Amino acid sequence: MKYPSVIFISVFLFFTTGPILAQSYQNAQHHKCLKCHSNQSYSFLNTVKNKEEKRLMNPYFILDTVGLTHGVHKQFDCTDCHSTEYGTYPHLATLKLQPLSTCLDCHGGDASFASYQFERIDAEFKKSVHYKVYGDNFTCTKCHSQHTYVATARNSNDVLEIVNYDNQMCLSCHNNMKKYKMVSGHDNPKLVEVHEWLPNQELHFAHVRCIECHTEVIDSLKVSHNILPKEKALKKCVECHSANSRLKASLYKYQNLQKRSENGTLNTVLANESYIIGSHQSPFLKLASIIIFLLALAGILIHGIFRILIKK
Amino acid sequence: MAATEKLYFYPVWLRIWHAMNALGIITLIVTGISMQSSIESSHILGFNLIVKLHNIAGILVTLSYLIYFIGNMVTPNGKFYRIKPRGFLKRPIQQAIYYAWGMFHGMKPPYPISAKRKFNPLQKYAYVMVMYMAVPFVIISGIALLFPEIILDKVYAFSGVFVTAVFHSAMGFFISIFLMIHLYIASIGKSPLENFKSIFTGWHQVH
Repeated sequence: MKYPSVIFISVFLFFTTGPILAQSYQNAQHHKCLKCHSNQSYSFLNTVKNKEEKRLMNPYFILDTVGLTHGVHKQFDCTDCHSTEYGTYPHLATLKLQPLSTCLDCHGGDASFASYQFERIDAEFKKSVHYKVYGDNFTCTKCHSQHTYVATARNSNDVLEIVNYDNQMCLSCHNNMKKYKMVSGHDNPKLVEVHEWLPNQELHFAHVRCIECHTEVIDSLKVSHNILPKEKALKKCVECHSANSRLKASLYKYQNLQKRSENGTLNTVLANESYIIGSHQSPFLKLASIIIFLLALAGILIHGIFRILIKK
Repeated sequence: MAATEKLYFYPVWLRIWHAMNALGIITLIVTGISMQSSIESSHILGFNLIVKLHNIAGILVTLSYLIYFIGNMVTPNGKFYRIKPRGFLKRPIQQAIYYAWGMFHGMKPPYPISAKRKFNPLQKYAYVMVMYMAVPFVIISGIALLFPEIILDKVYAFSGVFVTAVFHSAMGFFISIFLMIHLYIASIGKSPLENFKSIFTGWHQVH
């Protein structure tokens, strides 16, 4: 009695998983879109000339397949967002004019994404210099690639990885002449020269994010998204290099990093407060130094008092 | 009254070094503490200026250390720093007992200074530790922090800059404690100001 159902399920799985695998980003060569959009060139049958043709792919339309398989949207297929009419080639010209879903279309007003506060992020973004310059054309995806985005800051335990990932988002335009000019209308400022005033520039760029100084810090948001105009960027060293560091409200706000500092090796001796200069970044050494100082002072005072008393 | 003998203890080069060193070290301590506590002291001196001052004073101390190091190699002054293995612990302990107890009970100093003995054993040990260990360490780690890109990225689990910074300020802290005690001990003499006069004039009174 059981055999018919087993056969039925097997046949069902055979026919259903085949297409699923073919549509997987893992297998780009067999993916209907990626077989062209993951390669430098593509081939198609020119039905007018009736011959097979090979052409170069527009480099902006080549997708990072490794990134796709790791991105936050990896479970979606291309046509979940793009029109299914892209299935034919040449693609219809009018498809380009159709609006695509925005991030808020899915993420806005949804209880399951409430903790990300997308609506507030949107409101903050609307105050930012990005919105003022480029209006609604400046979409979320200008920074957060919908294809490959990974929530590094929330999940990584490695500060340098977080910093690098986040800074690449800014640099993808601010260090790219074409992209920067398209949005701003003028050439991109030379970052190294603009930041000449910053001591140890290279180390700063590797250890803190651009947004640490270039956004308004809001306690209730991970990142405010109100990117400030350059005149308002932070230039005061002590804003970070102090016990009450700005970084605590920004970079070190993430629980994954806080946990690391709590559970880290030799935490009692060396806490994760590296932005304070010197040995006071370790609370243990700070206490030890105060005790040694007081003991030395007490010794001197007692000795001095005895000298005065005995001399009379 | 015992006749007082005058000894020319502090030659000109040594006094120049001592003055440069004193000025530099005091600046380094004040600016170092200010940076470490990151007090926004823009009313007095801004953080950036404090950092600059610290760097300049650090270079001054490094240069003056070269005067000291070379001076002690080429002049007879260097021999006062030699520690003999005999009575390695006994001699400084005797001196410590004198400071803590003997001097209040009319005891004579166990190692009175003379032309042959410029420093008592405890003093000698302290000077050797500060001048041949702490100061070179603080200079080397300071140069490293001036050019942080030359520092190793990781020392085991810790950032190299972090380890260097902690080491640098720990050494700086011990130098600060030394300075406190140094200034206090200098006040132990015939009169509290006598030794301070000597380091200006070069002449030391032996009673």
